[in-house]
Amino acid sequence: MLDNLSLLTIAPIFNVQLLLDGLFIGAIFALAAYGLALVWGVMNVKNLAQGDFVIMGGYIAFTLAEWGLHPIIGLPVAFVVMFAFGWIVYVLVIRRVIDRDLFTSLLATFGIAIVVQQVLNQIYGPEVKTAESGFEIRSILGNQVTVADIKLISFLLAGGLAAAIVVFMKRSRMGQAIRATAQDPRAAKIMGIDTDRVYAFTYSLNAAICGAAGVLITMIWVIQPFYGITHSIRSFVIVTAAGFGNLPGVIMAGLGLGVAEQYSGFVLGAEFQQATVVGLLVAVLVWRQIQQSRIRQVVQ
Amino acid sequence: MNVETRRLGLYGLLLGAGIFAPLVFPAYTSQVAVLWIMILFALTWDVMGGQMGYNSLGNILFFGAGMYISAVVQIGLYYDVGEYTSAFGAVKVDWTMSQYLTGIAVGLVAAAVISALLAVIFGWIVFGLRGPYFAIGTLGVAIAAGELVSAWEWVGAGGGISMPVYPGEPDDRSLIFYFLSLASAVATFVFLRWLYTTRFKLAINAIRDDEEKAEAMGIHTLRYKTVAWAVAAFFLGISGAIFGNMIGFIEPLEVAFPTVTFGIFMVVMSLLGGKGTIWGPVIGATLFHVIKEVTWTHLLGWQWVALGLLIIVNVVYFQQGLLGWAQDKWPELFGIVVEDRDRAADGSGGDDAGAARRAAE
Repeated sequence: MLDNLSLLTIAPIFNVQLLLDGLFIGAIFALAAYGLALVWGVMNVKNLAQGDFVIMGGYIAFTLAEWGLHPIIGLPVAFVVMFAFGWIVYVLVIRRVIDRDLFTSLLATFGIAIVVQQVLNQIYGPEVKTAESGFEIRSILGNQVTVADIKLISFLLAGGLAAAIVVFMKRSRMGQAIRATAQDPRAAKIMGIDTDRVYAFTYSLNAAICGAAGVLITMIWVIQPFYGITHSIRSFVIVTAAGFGNLPGVIMAGLGLGVAEQYSGFVLGAEFQQATVVGLLVAVLVWRQIQQSRIRQVVQ
Repeated sequence: MNVETRRLGLYGLLLGAGIFAPLVFPAYTSQVAVLWIMILFALTWDVMGGQMGYNSLGNILFFGAGMYISAVVQIGLYYDVGEYTSAFGAVKVDWTMSQYLTGIAVGLVAAAVISALLAVIFGWIVFGLRGPYFAIGTLGVAIAAGELVSAWEWVGAGGGISMPVYPGEPDDRSLIFYFLSLASAVATFVFLRWLYTTRFKLAINAIRDDEEKAEAMGIHTLRYKTVAWAVAAFFLGISGAIFGNMIGFIEPLEVAFPTVTFGIFMVVMSLLGGKGTIWGPVIGATLFHVIKEVTWTHLLGWQWVALGLLIIVNVVYFQQGLLGWAQDKWPELFGIVVEDRDRAADGSGGDDAGAARRAAE
């Protein structure tokens, strides 16, 4: 463990590699976390099925690759399919838990997560899968740092998608309705906004964003039916650290998480990767609690 | 025949059924033993989730902790734990009967006490979290515990530990663990039933209904929350120790810290039976376990999908649980006198279906 740590100082070039990989993967984490922030902020539903939507999107790209298509085509396909899936889930489950207590929505989405991961497991089996993009891998900085083209492309795609969503939220009629509902659902209803439709749209949009993130993950990393829970926890870490409605914060936290995972994977060993994510979750929650207890003391 | 004798008769009948079950149906001993553990799970989850309104998704932490503590104590009393685990059970170690029984006795006590202490320590970390943050935080702690144990060489890491082998007849062994499970579940039930007649129950119910107001009324909420969690952890630690010995081989992710199986089963069972009651978790656990045992093998891998669907349907469409539903339907059977005014106020809430009902519990 300490060997690897000293390696980082002896050969600083490793840092560049870890940073780059961390940023590439972190951008995708941030994308999925943005979807969670959306659902959390607008509907106050903590979606524990977040990571499983990501994995589902990943399997869509994987299936397309199996059929001989390029996995990048999976991006629009997964977006549309997951949007429809999100709508169905909303109508069947989420609509009925939206005004109930928070644990209900948490547990209901956990149930959805279990169903999704187990169905995927039945269809694809528990092996780790990836979709080959077929792009080349470049070496830079004197052949010491490798950058796969697909990572760069997915980074740009993630950024482009995030920008498109931001513009959509700011400019489009639906985006405005979503923001109005987030501010005050009752007032929005009085103003003639069909809040039920807005909620359905928000949840579906979240599923679609997750699906797209999953496609990118399949191309640059691996997917497996049971990796969903880790992705959910990642999204929770990012959103809890950044707070919802804080897009720059979500992006920074996402990139930071990606880098932190790369470093812990390198220094501690790959088996600690999940422990790192979960440990960060606990750390973020504790930090939040300390912050809150300060607020409580001010009130006293 | 008044209510009290009828109740005693019912308890006697159930206890008798529990004691004679393995003698009448010896083939099902281990399944019924697991049923008692499940009942214990649901009851201990309900202390926090039902009575106090703190929905923990990570109570399985103490189950696993108890299992490992007991294993380490049982082995550590007579051998070097690091040496024993590094051999992955390849070293044949014989235990005399007295060694074995002392090990289990000391292991059970240690598992219970240390698990309760762990609850106090983790309470500091997680009790500032409210609502969904608490649920996610406890889930995180439980997953982290599993991951850390599977990286800890001294307790066998991911390879696990094979528990001491029982020196006597295999049939005796299953009976011993059957009666230990039965005793632990009965002890939990009796203790909680007593606990729910004290002021403690009123205090934790006050925390559930409105924590800020409870605090304003002078209830030391953190202390009550910690004690409630420690009580749950105490019994969960015992159940972990028993289960580990019953299985004979323990391993961190699937056996000791199974967050998505046993950890969720506890919640589902309590909700199925009706949370916030003493009989709800018992009925829910029995029903769930029987359904699971009967249907599981016929579903060929789709059982987990069915479990997920059960959770969704349970939470979304049937949240008051069986007992809650029965109490709404036939309140007079439960000795509840409902005035019309209360009924109008109660009828609306699916989750908070009636303070009157809880008062009568």
